[in-house]
Amino acid sequence: MAAVQETIDRVKGIDVDQYRYGFETQIESEKAPKGLSEDTIRFISAKKNEPGWMLEWRLEAYRRWLTMTEPTWARVGYPRIDYQDLYYYSAPKPKKKVASLDEIDPEILKTYEKLGIPLREVEILEGVERPTAAVEAEDGEAAAPRTKIAVDAVFDSVSVATTFKDELKKAGVIFMPISEALREHPDLVQKYLGTVVPTTDNYFATLNSAVFSDGSFVYVPPGVRCPMELSTYFRINERNTGQFERTLIIADKGAYVSYLEGCTAPQRDENQLHAAVVELVALDDAEIKYSTVQNWYPGNSEGVGGIYNFVTKRGDCRGANSKISWTQVETGSAITWKYPSCILRGDNSSGEFYSIAISNGFQQVDSGTKMIHLGKNTSSRIISKGIAAGKSQNTYRGLVSAHRKASGARNFTACDSLLIGDKCGAHTVPYIEAKNSSAVFEHEATTSKISEDVLFYCIQRGLSQEEAVGLVVNGFVKDVLQQLPMEFAVEAQKLISISLEGSVG
Amino acid sequence: MGVAIRKTKAELGLADLYQGARRYLPGGEEITAVRAAAFDRFTAVGLPHRRVEAWRYTDLRTQMKEAKRLASLPDDAAKAKAREAKDLFAGAGFRKLVIVDGAFVPELSDLAELETGLTIQPMADALAADKPLLSQRLGAIVPDDDPALALNTALAANGVVILVAPGTALSRPIHVAFVTTNWVATSMFTRSLVNIGAGASATIVESHQGPDGSEYQVNTAMQLVVGDEARIDHIKVVSDGNSALHIGSLLANIGARATFNQLGFVAGGSLIRNQLFVRLAGEGTVADIRGGSLLSGTQHADTTLAIEHAAENGQSRETFKAVVGDTARAVFQGKITVAPGAQKTDAKMMSRALLLSDEAEADSKPELEIFADDVQCGHGTTTGAIDDELLFYLMARGIPPDEAKALLIQAFIGEIIEGAANEAVRDALTGALLGWLGRRE
Repeated sequence: MAAVQETIDRVKGIDVDQYRYGFETQIESEKAPKGLSEDTIRFISAKKNEPGWMLEWRLEAYRRWLTMTEPTWARVGYPRIDYQDLYYYSAPKPKKKVASLDEIDPEILKTYEKLGIPLREVEILEGVERPTAAVEAEDGEAAAPRTKIAVDAVFDSVSVATTFKDELKKAGVIFMPISEALREHPDLVQKYLGTVVPTTDNYFATLNSAVFSDGSFVYVPPGVRCPMELSTYFRINERNTGQFERTLIIADKGAYVSYLEGCTAPQRDENQLHAAVVELVALDDAEIKYSTVQNWYPGNSEGVGGIYNFVTKRGDCRGANSKISWTQVETGSAITWKYPSCILRGDNSSGEFYSIAISNGFQQVDSGTKMIHLGKNTSSRIISKGIAAGKSQNTYRGLVSAHRKASGARNFTACDSLLIGDKCGAHTVPYIEAKNSSAVFEHEATTSKISEDVLFYCIQRGLSQEEAVGLVVNGFVKDVLQQLPMEFAVEAQKLISISLEGSVG
Repeated sequence: MGVAIRKTKAELGLADLYQGARRYLPGGEEITAVRAAAFDRFTAVGLPHRRVEAWRYTDLRTQMKEAKRLASLPDDAAKAKAREAKDLFAGAGFRKLVIVDGAFVPELSDLAELETGLTIQPMADALAADKPLLSQRLGAIVPDDDPALALNTALAANGVVILVAPGTALSRPIHVAFVTTNWVATSMFTRSLVNIGAGASATIVESHQGPDGSEYQVNTAMQLVVGDEARIDHIKVVSDGNSALHIGSLLANIGARATFNQLGFVAGGSLIRNQLFVRLAGEGTVADIRGGSLLSGTQHADTTLAIEHAAENGQSRETFKAVVGDTARAVFQGKITVAPGAQKTDAKMMSRALLLSDEAEADSKPELEIFADDVQCGHGTTTGAIDDELLFYLMARGIPPDEAKALLIQAFIGEIIEGAANEAVRDALTGALLGWLGRRE
């Protein structure tokens, strides 16, 4: 059926100004001088009290970056970024050395409260309405309820708080800002940093290597199942500031960790740059589950403002039987340029990628994954759901490759797109490369609009048009939502309905 | 960006070819200007390489070592060779037009008793008359930046022009046979134009062949202009010699409520690039595009398809299959674009590769680019070895493994061959398939 007039009217009335996290926190902050030079990098490094090798590493990346050109292959368009017109470091001014949460600037605490991110451990213990999922018992010890989540809160360029540190320490898990890890566990950081995403990887990753200011560091020792979900919450607050965070997660032999990431930013007319790097390393029999709910400010209904989210995320299944799973719900950002990937190096390792990318207004999404099969009997699975509404462009771009020695490699890919309105575009650009005859790759993709028949069926049974569309969309993305940890899944579901509000009935 | 890279030997050679030939190439002022502009476009980008997205898997800059000198006009010996050359479609009763070493040869061609409404002319004559056929007819749909096509425009000397008047239904298929006879490696640039008037219908078979062991280079382009409610069946068979470079471009612009059946079949050549640029310009057009590649040895065959649904209610099916043995490499790149407003488009693309050996490689990039919301589009792709269970099934019934494999390959490629509406074409292609399977043993 053709798009009925009703639908068209609704599309015209699209409004993405429903961003709930667009407020700004008034707080004094300390910044590096505007612009990028070796001095900026020295400034950041000095601020962080970093070891000498780290500064060298950064400078090398910076010199490399100067020789590189910005990539243009993605299906996104934006005005040239003036890299000299940005602040590369911005931190809330500390009153004095912070010893406990109580001493953190109350403005920041309020910000996180407003965002629904509890930084006070008590609040979490009290449960706050959330359903208590299965309680896990380990070694007869009274286990923590699964609603417990350790949070690392990153505000502009610095980490302001990390919760449940002590409890994690007992389990042997290291969870701290990477700047702190560089001081406390320099050997560990040096051993793994840049081994998955080398400083030479790509334009934005190289820039990040030079100027990254904070992010999370996780190390789970051999055989340890991390007792709670770990989570980092990224918030961009300051104007004209780029956020360059770096996350490094290492699951040692037989370890397991589930990590969540959330992001928001104030509503502004300017575009802000977010160029992060995430590196995951899974050794033998280890498993890492990485979930993202990305909700950066997407710009207003005219396409003004919003975050440029240029992120490099990559996981290395370094050991045999290791597993890395990426789940992402992408609803924010003016431009998303992001391809969480898995290098399946260990034999029998497996990678998963579950993604929901929703674009509305003038958003541009170019996202997907890479599954690089190197080891024997490696398997990967890609489920990608793109929903384009308004005047947005939504692209899935993915690579599945099997190298000569990757015998028995298996991949299944399904990427489906749903178009809501006739001003948007949905695109699929998969690359499938098999250099081994025993590799079995299957790829399927579909693009369609919500079937009028299905809508009619629902409406006939008493649902409103809006409820019906919601039902169909939720059915469409359910494969991915199921992969999210419980708390996140509920959030994500809400987020999906918010970001599509106004675009459908 | 765009730092000038040192010209390769082949690029320098191509420049020499053009400089040496441009004065003699057919065409008046206008055509000459079109050629010059095309060559400038080529010079600006050079031979395509893997950083050029459309040529990602076929790096001509490294794989084309040098440019061979242009083939000279066929002499009597060449014509005699061409006459004796094996004809896949012999006995099918097709009207045969023969192009020897890049030149249209009337005395070998069947030009007698042309049906009313059918006009056949050598491209060289059409060019000499300075009708800007090369660019004007299809200029709009051709991606100007394709370097191989630009080379063709600059250097094409001959080919054939077939005009079918509106309302004419040609019952007798036309077979355009491109035969390379020369043992000494040369290069040939040919351009052909087929114009099917509104409501007319025709079957055009295009074949390319040449001697094994000769590193000759073919750059051929075919333009199809199909009117409203017309029907075209176009079949292209590449059975070039085992050392040949074959670059072929098909440019098709299809009118409203028309039927477009296209089948490409690769069973020869060393490095093959078949690129198809199809535009379904009118509403309600039905397109069926198929491709089959049989690859062995060190062959490299790249099929690149860009199909644009520019109007409403179009339907297209794209089915591509490749059987890849030894260290051969099959490449499929397909892109379906649905233009804004091309509502009710129904497009489905499928590509499958069957890998017969551990060193074989298949690369596939099926793309969808959709700007209209009320559409049904999909693509699928699979890569894998022969299904062991199917093999077991056949072997359990007493069929030896090699034979069972051959049967499965035959069934696999059979789906492509079945797409040909003409029985004689199906028979010829099946013959080619069996011949290929026979040579494998």
